[in-house]
Amino acid sequence: MARSVTTQRKTFNTFLAWVIGLLIFFPILWTVLTSFKSEAQAIADPPVWFFFDWTLENYRVVQERSNYSRFLWNSIIIAGGSTVLGMFIAIPAAWSMAFVPSRQTKNILLWMLSTKMLPAVGVLYPIYLIFIQMGLLDTRVGLTIVLMLINLPIMVWMLYTYFKEIPGEILEAARMDGAGLRQEILYVLTPMAIPGIASTMLLNIILAWNEAFWTLNLTAARAAPLTAFIASYSSPEGLFYAKLSAASTMAIAPILILGWFSQKQLVRGLTFGAVK
Amino acid sequence: MGQIVLEQVTKSFGDVTVITPLDLTIDDGEFCVFVGPSGCGKSTLLRLIAGLEDVTSGEIRIDGQGVSTIPPAKRGLAMVFQSYALYPHMTVRKNIAFPLRMAGLDRAEQNRRVEKAAEVLNLTDYLDRRPGQLSGGQRQRVAIGRAIVREPAAFLFDEPLSNLDAALRVGMRLEISELHNRLGTTMIYVTHDQVEAMTMADKIVVLRAGHIEQVGSPLELYRAPRNLFVAGFIGSPKMNLIEGAEATKHDAMTIGIRPEHISISADEGRWSGVVGVSEHLGSDTFFHVQDTGLGDTVTVRAEGDVSFKHGDRVYLTPRDDMIHRFDAKGLRIG
Repeated sequence: MARSVTTQRKTFNTFLAWVIGLLIFFPILWTVLTSFKSEAQAIADPPVWFFFDWTLENYRVVQERSNYSRFLWNSIIIAGGSTVLGMFIAIPAAWSMAFVPSRQTKNILLWMLSTKMLPAVGVLYPIYLIFIQMGLLDTRVGLTIVLMLINLPIMVWMLYTYFKEIPGEILEAARMDGAGLRQEILYVLTPMAIPGIASTMLLNIILAWNEAFWTLNLTAARAAPLTAFIASYSSPEGLFYAKLSAASTMAIAPILILGWFSQKQLVRGLTFGAVK
Repeated sequence: MGQIVLEQVTKSFGDVTVITPLDLTIDDGEFCVFVGPSGCGKSTLLRLIAGLEDVTSGEIRIDGQGVSTIPPAKRGLAMVFQSYALYPHMTVRKNIAFPLRMAGLDRAEQNRRVEKAAEVLNLTDYLDRRPGQLSGGQRQRVAIGRAIVREPAAFLFDEPLSNLDAALRVGMRLEISELHNRLGTTMIYVTHDQVEAMTMADKIVVLRAGHIEQVGSPLELYRAPRNLFVAGFIGSPKMNLIEGAEATKHDAMTIGIRPEHISISADEGRWSGVVGVSEHLGSDTFFHVQDTGLGDTVTVRAEGDVSFKHGDRVYLTPRDDMIHRFDAKGLRIG
């Protein structure tokens, strides 16, 4: 039976979607707007919306005071590095769980996910001490490894659900056709899983880019990424909302642009398997 | 060459034994069909030969060489799957060429063999399409193409026609038989459809619950089923199995008589009964005769123009030389 949708109802739905969309988007919009205000206008009550003296002053000050490109570069290295490193571990892991499962596979998957339920601060001290011992504190290598480990359960889970969707018979056919394990993964599994791998990577980059707890606690100056760059404007000399907003805008802009260009891929990734 | 020998092969999944110790020889060039009800282990047996499952014990030899521990890629066999299992991201050309690419053949040789296979299978016009753009029958042909290019020692077919509609199935059955005649390569074919088994096989292996009930040519199985299971499984419609007084008359626990070996008449015969359902196929008519006093309904085959109505009294006479006798254990007597 076809569902009859009246024009009125459609209009209402569209309106509702816009309201929800704007609500979700509002904090970002407000941050961007504030970044173009003067400090006085930023804390004005009642707030000023669009009619203020637009200025690039905050950006100039932020750029002068801290080296944006260094933070950016650290973020790129850490987010990209942890993603690539994680894929090298997650793809074989997800492959074996999806195609040669053992009796414990489900338990292992759940156990892996359970590590994400632990509050991160619970393992802060052990990891901090390990980092000191190994000389990894405030290094990009150290941070890359930690972020990779933190997001690994999610990567394995996502890839596992993708791989599950690939019929096992196709891989068996590859084996019959003379493909070894390496060729099977390279020529058959990976091309079929590319949409899944791409969205897993994308999600992981976003998660790693925005990760603040570990990046703030394990870095000081040398390896600090953009999260630290933002944080440096929220403390000690009092709050400067406009400059903080400018720093935030600069920090989220790259990932926002990446997300914008890959939204098709991302949406497909997040809803994969939901519809056939 | 492609002689396949199974010696005392068994397979268990955990505590469940799927194949009990089993011996079988499939000669070079033979078209061998594994047939049996679902869950009888026929697909598992094929997968053991393919190497997609490991044997629990026993030995599999291909041309005298033990292959039980050799991975599927190295056994030199080609397989056609029920779901076709084509690579969705590759064109038909690349699908068919895949085994050649894995074997490291140069591009020119790959192309030459792919085009030849495509010609044989009428796929030339579809070489640059992807599997998703093909019909079921065409996909099946691509799967067969992918199997034949490599010139394997033997072909393994796992219920390849069960996803096709009835008309296509008959067509593909002929094509596969023809392919076998032309290539002369050993083929092992798994099906639950005894019509496929009868029409295609040189040798039928009837399986039940992980063991072999009987091995033989289609006509051997038809003429001399070794036990009640094979008697009931081979032949369409099924053989009539009669117990009781009628069987005792023949010194047997059970007697079997095929529908085509009973004559039907309006006035006289050995048994009498009432026509229930009649199925008119045009060339033949099958009458299901009830109330014969023989236990079950008796199925009788008659010419297409014989017509009795529902409720008519009829008389049946079996051909004495075509009566199969079975003992209390269900084994054939004589």
